[in-house]
Amino acid sequence: MSHAHDHPHDVTQHDPEAAERNRLPPLGKRMYAMRDLLVEKGVLSADDIQAEIEYMDARSPANGARLVARAWVDSEFKARLLSDPKGACAEMGIDASGLVEFVVVENTETVHNLIVCTLCSCYPRPILGRPPDWYKSFAYRSRAVVEPRAVMREFGTVLPDEVEVRVYDSSADMRYLVLPQRPPGTDGVGEAELAELVTRDSMIGVTLARSPAMLSS
Amino acid sequence: MDRTHDMGGRPTDASIAPAEHTLADWEVLADAVAVALGRKGIRSTDESRRAMEDLPPDEYLSLSYYERWIHATEALLVEKGVLSREEIDRKLEELEEPWAVS
Amino acid sequence: MTSPLRIGDSVRVRADWPPGHVRTPAYVRGKPGWIERIHGDFRNPELLAYGRDGLPLRTLYMVGFRQMDLWPSRYAESSNDHLYVDIYDHWLESIA
Repeated sequence: MSHAHDHPHDVTQHDPEAAERNRLPPLGKRMYAMRDLLVEKGVLSADDIQAEIEYMDARSPANGARLVARAWVDSEFKARLLSDPKGACAEMGIDASGLVEFVVVENTETVHNLIVCTLCSCYPRPILGRPPDWYKSFAYRSRAVVEPRAVMREFGTVLPDEVEVRVYDSSADMRYLVLPQRPPGTDGVGEAELAELVTRDSMIGVTLARSPAMLSS
Repeated sequence: MDRTHDMGGRPTDASIAPAEHTLADWEVLADAVAVALGRKGIRSTDESRRAMEDLPPDEYLSLSYYERWIHATEALLVEKGVLSREEIDRKLEELEEPWAVS
Repeated sequence: MTSPLRIGDSVRVRADWPPGHVRTPAYVRGKPGWIERIHGDFRNPELLAYGRDGLPLRTLYMVGFRQMDLWPSRYAESSNDHLYVDIYDHWLESIA
């Protein structure tokens, strides 16, 4: 999604940026104004801004899925992922330098983890990309800590009472990622195919990883 | 004293609509400029959060996620003397001029 | 804080309500929990938020809580459930 810096006074041609601006909320318009001023004053360059757009466009849950799939097939990697997540990312060529600190919490037969940031929607962006709207919603921020199971039911996830639910509220610089359980019936499935079972939502904790039956449908 | 942004456990009946939307260009820009300013040391995550938290409650609750970011970016740029509100207002008027000028 | 906290120590989050930017959510203030992890030392976000240098460094802990302790008479789900928040040392007091 490249976004060339159109000179704002190119009036002879259709200016898609101008058309876009016409649909903007007032603060959106102010953002364009600030951008233009910052570039004019040399505070930021158009390249600085483009670099950030490209950085975030390149981040997606696929990064997290690769970590999880590797952990499923390689128990020593899993141990490293849990004890030194940034190191494990480096091993896999995933750039986690944008994270101050990173914690991976493992789902097991007896424990299920759920991540939220009640204060502002912090999210492990370098690993998962941008967060979905629902994660940033007031409803999620309010309810995930006090009724996590009800929240998970809205995503179709029902857990027995005997399974302990642990909610992590990312209040500081730690960013959290759930390592979902490997679905049953995946023996012998290769790492790349296993990664396809690992959804973003399973790494936030509102769902389990997909089962192979779901994938083939 | 509870602050509006401090939402954990706030009573609500709202369901979690599994909504997502592809970001509009202005939202992508808001994100990119904020992060770029961060890399230059002009804006920090902590300052940005504080600026958002200082929004009056009704605005905090009615603005969208990236509108809050833009509010914080402007507040910090003005606070630090990088831009003035007047300059931003003037640039905005300039950008909103009708295109069909002879 | 006379001595640093250790994993397993029982703590209570201070029921303080200071003005300004804080990252200790309201719903844990005054609540009892324990030290689950020690994250290390970080600059204080309450000061960084105002452009200050955030020093001296504060120790950041992952504090665990029983949901039944956080939401007495309100938590309607399993009594087995827990919640974890990252909290700075100056918000925690040791309890027996």
